[in-house]
Amino acid sequence: MEELLDILSGLKPGVDFKNEKNLIEDHILDSLDVMNLTVELNDEFDIEITPLDILPENFQSVDAMYALITRLQDEG
Amino acid sequence: MKNILEYLEFSAQNHFDKIAFSDEYHEMTYGQCIECSKKVGTQLLELNTKRKPIAVLMDKNVESLTCFFGVVYSGNFYVVIDSLMPRDRIETIFETLQPVALISDESHKELSQSLHDNVYLYENMMNCEIDEKKLMIVRQSMIDTDPLYALFTSGSTGVPKGAVVSHRNVINYASWYKETFDINEMTQFGSQTPFYFSMSVSDVYSTIIAGATLHIIPKKLFTFPIQLIEYMNKKKINTIYWVPSALCIVANLKVLNYADLKYVDKVLFAGEVMPTKQLNYWIDKLPNAMFANLFGPTETTDICTYYIVDRQFEDDEVLPIGKACQNCDVFLLDENNQEVLDDREGELCVRGSFLALGYYNNEEKTKEAFVQNPLNTSYPEMIYRTGDLVKYNERGELVYITRKDFQIKHMGYRIELGEIEAAVNSLEKIQNCAVIYDEIKDKIVLIYTGKIDDKGIMDGISHKIPHYMYPNVIVKKKVMPYNQNGKIDRKWLKSHYEE
Repeated sequence: MEELLDILSGLKPGVDFKNEKNLIEDHILDSLDVMNLTVELNDEFDIEITPLDILPENFQSVDAMYALITRLQDEG
Repeated sequence: MKNILEYLEFSAQNHFDKIAFSDEYHEMTYGQCIECSKKVGTQLLELNTKRKPIAVLMDKNVESLTCFFGVVYSGNFYVVIDSLMPRDRIETIFETLQPVALISDESHKELSQSLHDNVYLYENMMNCEIDEKKLMIVRQSMIDTDPLYALFTSGSTGVPKGAVVSHRNVINYASWYKETFDINEMTQFGSQTPFYFSMSVSDVYSTIIAGATLHIIPKKLFTFPIQLIEYMNKKKINTIYWVPSALCIVANLKVLNYADLKYVDKVLFAGEVMPTKQLNYWIDKLPNAMFANLFGPTETTDICTYYIVDRQFEDDEVLPIGKACQNCDVFLLDENNQEVLDDREGELCVRGSFLALGYYNNEEKTKEAFVQNPLNTSYPEMIYRTGDLVKYNERGELVYITRKDFQIKHMGYRIELGEIEAAVNSLEKIQNCAVIYDEIKDKIVLIYTGKIDDKGIMDGISHKIPHYMYPNVIVKKKVMPYNQNGKIDRKWLKSHYEE
């Protein structure tokens, strides 16, 4: 989780990622952020987030992303 | 033809019931488009103004397009305002622009009424009765050098500049675009760029001239790319003209490995450098499509040079920007204003009918960039100095090198680093700051001194600059490095900011 928060604050400084629950709907993360984040998460966690996983519910909050990463690690 | 509305009316005669524009919620035929535009135009006649700016603050939808044309019907010119732009920046633009009215809709009513005394709401204007006779009188008084729109771009001192573009500019430019890329009645555009961005001018006006159809792709779909592909297939989109960042989303996530684009056969791009690796992904997935790299600033309507991809490029090779468009001339000047004819680098200069009229209410900036052709001392001839350094390769194609100044391209947006610095420096607790651009990582880097943290800075500047100008990396320093001239040492910072 700490690693994920590090990646996020590196991607977008000055955002309170711990408490934001509507990253997509509140336009905090835009399309390029989600793309860059996906590429970075794939790299850092050695997983493969495919376009099929890129859904609003998987990126709305840190918890949702963490759940996605854990699921893909388990499957991998 | 001398007025862009003649093209719209001509297409409406031939394709009255054909869909001209669509968005997520609505479709609009050419016939409906003319009707709504004339209602807006008739309503605005009560202003009794000619060639004056009227701002339009709406979302990117089919209704907003009829407001643009409606402003033109009234004999004035339109200025598109991004509805998500911070309020301070809109106010700064309005100070320069002094718009005679602001057009908006119910969903932006509050914001609009707090920005301007004379707000027209789209919903109300639809009750207006069209006055054909008065509209015709206005039309007869218009000429092709009259302004069609003004488009605001970033300014280095923090004050955006509004390039004024005429009917003649757009007619010449869009006609070239239509011919070169064979935009015709079968064309189904997939529009990605915002209407406050010069690339959308190509989509919208080549559509009208050709009697084609333009589909506005909802912005949120670019975040969820499978839905994007599904939407494009549903609308049967066959032509796209996107910024490379949007094409890179599809390429980097390998979206086309999971879903096919069924109809796309033209992929055009501009706004920033297209990385060859991601281009090769697209070419691999759409081997029969036409790919073209377009290049130019808002001040030449949209584009001045282009290159249709006609050979293979390695992932580390750079795409050329090609040659001048038809009826547009480009040449290179060295620092002594002499023409560069060999393979040395020089500043790209443009002459011809694509050249904008200048910056609205900004004589100083206009005189810096729109100048007498130094190669011609015999009669008045205006050229535009782009500030882009380019050179010819061994094939005689132009290749982009870099900027002469601190302007950058980030996510397709044209940004003056000085505008970001001005916003940061305006925060009380900031002592000093410098904004640099790390091209390799494509990141805007803010380096500052002062008693304030990341969050404080972001909260402060979010009221002043649009989101695409936000720094991607923020570094706090105890002291700023200075060079021998006593200026902040940006060059040193660029290679050392991470330390």
